[in-house]
Amino acid sequence: MTINTMAKGGWHREQMSCFRKMEKVIVAMQDPDMGMKMRNQRLLITVIPHAMTGRDIIAWLIHTYSICEEEALHLSGLLVRYGYIYPLKEPRSLVLRPDESPYRFQTPYFWTSTRWPASELDYAIYLAKKNIRKQGELMEYEKTRYSLLHKRINHTWDFVVMQAREQLRASKQRRKADRIVFECQEQAYWLINRPPVCLLLLYSLLHFCTILFYIILYCTLLYYTILCNALPYYTTIETCFTVFKQALGRNRVKSSICLESFVKYSEQYQNHDPIMQGSLPSNPWISDDTAYWTMNSETVPIPTRLRVERWSFSFMELLNDDMGRREFMTYLEKEFSAENLCFWQACEDIKHGESSRIIEKVEMIYKNFLAPGAARWVNIDSKTMDKTLEGIRNPHRFIMDDAQMHIYFLMKKDSYPRYLKSDLYKNMLAKAIVPQETKKSVFPFVRRQRHANPSPAQAVAQATEEDGHAKGAGQAGTKSAAGSHV
Amino acid sequence: WINTTFMAFCHIYSLVMAFRACLEEVQLNETLTHLKTESETLKSKLEDERAKLHDVELHQVAEKVEGLGQFVMKTRRTLKGHGNKVLCMDWCKDKRRIVSSSQDGKVIVWDAFTTNKEHAVTMPCTWVMACAYAPSGCAVACGGLDNKCSVYPLSLDKNENLAAKKKSVAMHTNYLSACSFTNSDMQILTSSGDGTCALWDVESGQLLQSFHGHAADVLCLDLAPSETGNTFVSGGCDKKANVWDMRSGQCIQSFETHESDINSVRYYPSGDAFASGSDDATCRLYDLRADREVAIYSKESIIFGVSSVDFSLSGRLLFGGYNDYTINVWDVLKGTRVSILFGHENRVSTLRVSPDGTAFCTGSWDHTLRIWA
Repeated sequence: MTINTMAKGGWHREQMSCFRKMEKVIVAMQDPDMGMKMRNQRLLITVIPHAMTGRDIIAWLIHTYSICEEEALHLSGLLVRYGYIYPLKEPRSLVLRPDESPYRFQTPYFWTSTRWPASELDYAIYLAKKNIRKQGELMEYEKTRYSLLHKRINHTWDFVVMQAREQLRASKQRRKADRIVFECQEQAYWLINRPPVCLLLLYSLLHFCTILFYIILYCTLLYYTILCNALPYYTTIETCFTVFKQALGRNRVKSSICLESFVKYSEQYQNHDPIMQGSLPSNPWISDDTAYWTMNSETVPIPTRLRVERWSFSFMELLNDDMGRREFMTYLEKEFSAENLCFWQACEDIKHGESSRIIEKVEMIYKNFLAPGAARWVNIDSKTMDKTLEGIRNPHRFIMDDAQMHIYFLMKKDSYPRYLKSDLYKNMLAKAIVPQETKKSVFPFVRRQRHANPSPAQAVAQATEEDGHAKGAGQAGTKSAAGSHV
Repeated sequence: WINTTFMAFCHIYSLVMAFRACLEEVQLNETLTHLKTESETLKSKLEDERAKLHDVELHQVAEKVEGLGQFVMKTRRTLKGHGNKVLCMDWCKDKRRIVSSSQDGKVIVWDAFTTNKEHAVTMPCTWVMACAYAPSGCAVACGGLDNKCSVYPLSLDKNENLAAKKKSVAMHTNYLSACSFTNSDMQILTSSGDGTCALWDVESGQLLQSFHGHAADVLCLDLAPSETGNTFVSGGCDKKANVWDMRSGQCIQSFETHESDINSVRYYPSGDAFASGSDDATCRLYDLRADREVAIYSKESIIFGVSSVDFSLSGRLLFGGYNDYTINVWDVLKGTRVSILFGHENRVSTLRVSPDGTAFCTGSWDHTLRIWA
């Protein structure tokens, strides 16, 4: 749902789909075989048929949808709030009590979805009936609204009173039990659709909103039918066509293979998922202890075992971790192929860096990595090399993509597996620490002191100050770096 | 009589023009209906092709996987300070700071661990529906009803007015629904109510690439964590989720199985799939290699729509924030609902898991944010 659709009455559309789902639940509850057990309720001296207790409703919901009690309470609360079930005792309290309090199903005639929107005229007739039936039966907020309505639709007031009298006369001919039932249903409907909140202001606001809604609806209809032509829709269909045709020609992978990969991935990462397995020494959010973050920071001398293990999952994991990348660089230097990683990093810098510096960066890459006899010449196949050199004449952001891809896959297929088998990696893995799980504190109710840490912006500001450089306009080069803890 | 002939001529001319317009309209409508039917046939053909390689369901493959035990997740922090509905939030890469935006135009940067507010900016517009933290942690981007995306560098001087250093980056013709930095502080990807997504250069404010193809408002986007890092997915009010190539601007894949607006899309951690949450109260998982929807996460007792979704670090759990004030936790592989969390007093509008997966944060229309762990 968007803010545009909220203005155009899209809220109505969203509500309608929710109403339909709630109605499905209600219909299931009223099913003669699997539905709720209903009984007669005594209300003063009359007997109301087909009523149920709050407790039974909760039990039925728990049983049918296999949910917990809290959720059943929540769901039944929604059903009451939107008017599908109403309480017989204390009709103004729209809450579901999980005890012996009686509830009834609202008749579909009075469902919000059937009688959308609740019109002013009907409300006026309802209030008039109440007024005629017993003088002074109207509540305070109802009295205010009654007089407001009387002023606003004064021209049809005779009709309102006539209708009210007719309906009262017709109801007198019914049995007392039916009459009471109908009165309860009607009262419940109006409690939902004209809630007694914030009286004057909300009512006038609601009225204003409905007027606005109709105006906007009319205007948008006008716009779409007269001013708008079919062209944008046409282009969308054309795009659809291209996408469909492309999709039909695509190579797909069998579902079994794809789905197996999810299972494998989840299994591989399960131990690394703090929400599933917990984190050692402890989850900072639960224990208020930041040891977990300090142990896994960028500049820690000895990394944790889980972190080093993760480097072996995929090449991307190794490169995404700064420490892993540094280790890999050390290894490549031993193998005299460090220029590959440097080249890859320089290409990433172009792809994600400022547009204004692309040309100078491309030139630098050419000088250092691609020119014949360059200091750190990278070994790319001739076809890609020719294409890249050709493209350097008109450099743009993606000019190095092919070469970068080539080097990336070279490292991934060759250097990376050898790194994982190397002594450097194995030593790192052996050295890596496995933190002890923090024992639960002796005084569990004493909260630890939560310490602030320097913001990343602060760290960068300090670094730039130390270097004495003035980076671009975006950086904060203030002098108050050191002491400004929150 | 010159007058009358002139009048007659005018009337006849206008009648003829109207008649021609009608004919054109009818012709165009005919072409449209013809195109529509052709598009429907293509669509069903595509569905058949997709179905050919669908030999097993996800929950069948997941039968051998161990079930998940009882989940206990509680609110560990409650961040109070917004004066109105919280609409969006994002985590910083340092795993403890967050930025959040609300309906009253305020954008606040918090240290969620200590619950202190570190920065606050008042935007000149209301309904700030999108906010994002820069990867370096030195800036935040936000936008909403002003149709723009603005980047604010985070200054440490308490006296400095952050609003003064604001840089206007993106310009759309309708409200901004989502924004995200790509791998660096220098580029921003935005989606808007005008039906397009766009990639911008932050320094110059220049449009680098625009993405057309949605037939209605685009509500959400997410960048792929893949090796090549060149694609992203967007979801819109036309019930479609589209995967785009950032370099060429083309839509490379499209999925249309939801029954209502898609409010949120999020990639699976491996980048091979993505999940979407919609107003039709379901979350769905789409596999990019199999090119189809592979799982639906729904329950008859869940009636209200999903506003935002996110995966846990291993991708085993899918968290969904719903409009009935609850959070449902789904087992991605088995398709079952693991847990339901209560706590918010109004609809949950945004949900994000922290970068290291230790917790997730939810923002709600009840003016608060909660950290759950």
